[in-house]
Amino acid sequence: MTADAAGSTSTLHLQFRRFRQNRLAMVSVAILVLIVLACFLGPHAFPFTGEDADFENIAAPVNLFSIHPFGTDDFGRDLLVRVLEGGQVSLSIGFLGALVAGGIGVLYGAIAGYAGGRLDGLMMRLVEVLYGFPYVILVILLSLLFGGGTIALFAAIVFTLWLTPAVIVRAQAQSLAQKEFVQAARAGGMTGGQIVLEHIVPNCISVVIVYGSLLVPEVILSESFLSFLGIGIKEPQASWGNLIQTGTSAMDTDLRLLLLPGTLLAMVLFCLNFIADGLRDAFDPNDR
Amino acid sequence: MLRFIGKRLWNGALTLAALVTLTFFVMRLAPGGPFSRTRKISPDVQANIEAAFHLDEPVWQQFGRFVWGLLHLDLGPSTRFRDYSVGDIIASGLPYSLTIGFWAIVVAGLIGVALGIAGALRRNGLTDYLAGTFGVIGIAIPIFVIGPVFQLIFALKLGWLPVGGWGAGWRSLILPVVVLALPNIAYISRLTRTSMIETLRENYIRTARAKGIGWRRTLMRHSLTGALLPVVAYIGPATAAIITGSILIETIFAVPGIGRHFVDAALNRDYPLVMGITLLYGGLLILFNIGTDVVRAWMDPRLRHDR
Repeated sequence: MTADAAGSTSTLHLQFRRFRQNRLAMVSVAILVLIVLACFLGPHAFPFTGEDADFENIAAPVNLFSIHPFGTDDFGRDLLVRVLEGGQVSLSIGFLGALVAGGIGVLYGAIAGYAGGRLDGLMMRLVEVLYGFPYVILVILLSLLFGGGTIALFAAIVFTLWLTPAVIVRAQAQSLAQKEFVQAARAGGMTGGQIVLEHIVPNCISVVIVYGSLLVPEVILSESFLSFLGIGIKEPQASWGNLIQTGTSAMDTDLRLLLLPGTLLAMVLFCLNFIADGLRDAFDPNDR
Repeated sequence: MLRFIGKRLWNGALTLAALVTLTFFVMRLAPGGPFSRTRKISPDVQANIEAAFHLDEPVWQQFGRFVWGLLHLDLGPSTRFRDYSVGDIIASGLPYSLTIGFWAIVVAGLIGVALGIAGALRRNGLTDYLAGTFGVIGIAIPIFVIGPVFQLIFALKLGWLPVGGWGAGWRSLILPVVVLALPNIAYISRLTRTSMIETLRENYIRTARAKGIGWRRTLMRHSLTGALLPVVAYIGPATAAIITGSILIETIFAVPGIGRHFVDAALNRDYPLVMGITLLYGGLLILFNIGTDVVRAWMDPRLRHDR
């Protein structure tokens, strides 16, 4: 066990060293960390929240030296604070959603791939059927079913995005199940569950990291997509999706409402894509 | 080959049946009904309206009624637009959605493949660099950000194109099609580039060159067919992307297509209309997926015996 762990960390070390040499990816990590910090710490620097209306300053213009650096909206709510708070929602759904969807997918795929035979056939049949569904329809219907709001949105997105990791991990698990060390573990008396958790899943880790990093932008995009259509996060709670939606309807008179959340969302997606690319290059060099 | 197609069709029909059943019950289980958001009406009138749409029956009976109607190609009347059947509404919206979707796929395919090949032939050259940047932009900036920005620049500021709607003939098509095509251009050019680079390294390309076949001919006849396999495989996912995108596009550009109808119908709990559009989208997607598999199996015989 210890020897095995040491071996795998050293490969991981090597891969992360390769990742660190990728300048674009490292810059993206830095920018992403800055944005995350700004979203989660920034609002505390202001004496009001994004839902407090300032009736003295309704629709205030951009003035970097005032209490509302990017002005306020039609209800007198501070735009910068709203965008940062919206970022909290979008980013947490993004990272948590990717984590949960990835986790479910990995376990499902590992079990199917290790078990093989009839169980595998049945489990993969379900995945295949769900894959044939139009993703939008499923996600819209599910968020209606769960009654709207953050949790509903989260559940709907997770429910639709665990499929790809499941398929990828299953292929990996299938080949791992034939390896000598897995046979040895079985001969040594480990149960199927133990083997899946202790041998199959850890050995899929690099694939999981690569595809998990691709899931994060996908989840963030789904969240803002649904909120933009008016199905996800609803006013007065802010998310980048519904802020952009408000911005779109007011863009001929007031551009900041669109550009501020739009730029932040695009920057986060840029960074996440560059990071995912960097991770892929670092973790499987054959895939070029 | 026929066996292969038959098997795929059968699986597709099963998927579609599962999708329709799931949609039906999810819709009924979701809180609220088609008439719960309208003005307050007396309970008697409400009961009468619900009886007229058979909403007072048990869910199983409603499902049976729906399947029976489906077998007769009758999706029933919309609960929202009282005097129209679901068929009428879909027939009125479909041409818009199809026109935009079709041109978006054509534009994305042509530009994407061209950019990908150009990038692969002159790796790390100016075109490659530009195509790469373009690809990243297309993937990272969502449609609902780029759409309004384009509206602002090309319609409101420059006044070259209409902001939305369908009034100005082909000119009102340009913005929706371009915005919908952008992310797909990005994906297709990336795919083409990587697979083209791989194909150019293959032994059979070297053989073709060694036999004295000209560079241009090798490129068109030998590398391109091999390199386009993964691109063809992308047509299935591209259809899904176009469907997703068209919902946004129709919202942003105020096009009366079926994508926007779907969102409104889902929000209004217009059960029959939701079922109709789900059936259409699901059917289209499944057909395109099967079509893609068949074309790939035809291009690459190894795939026919898979599974």
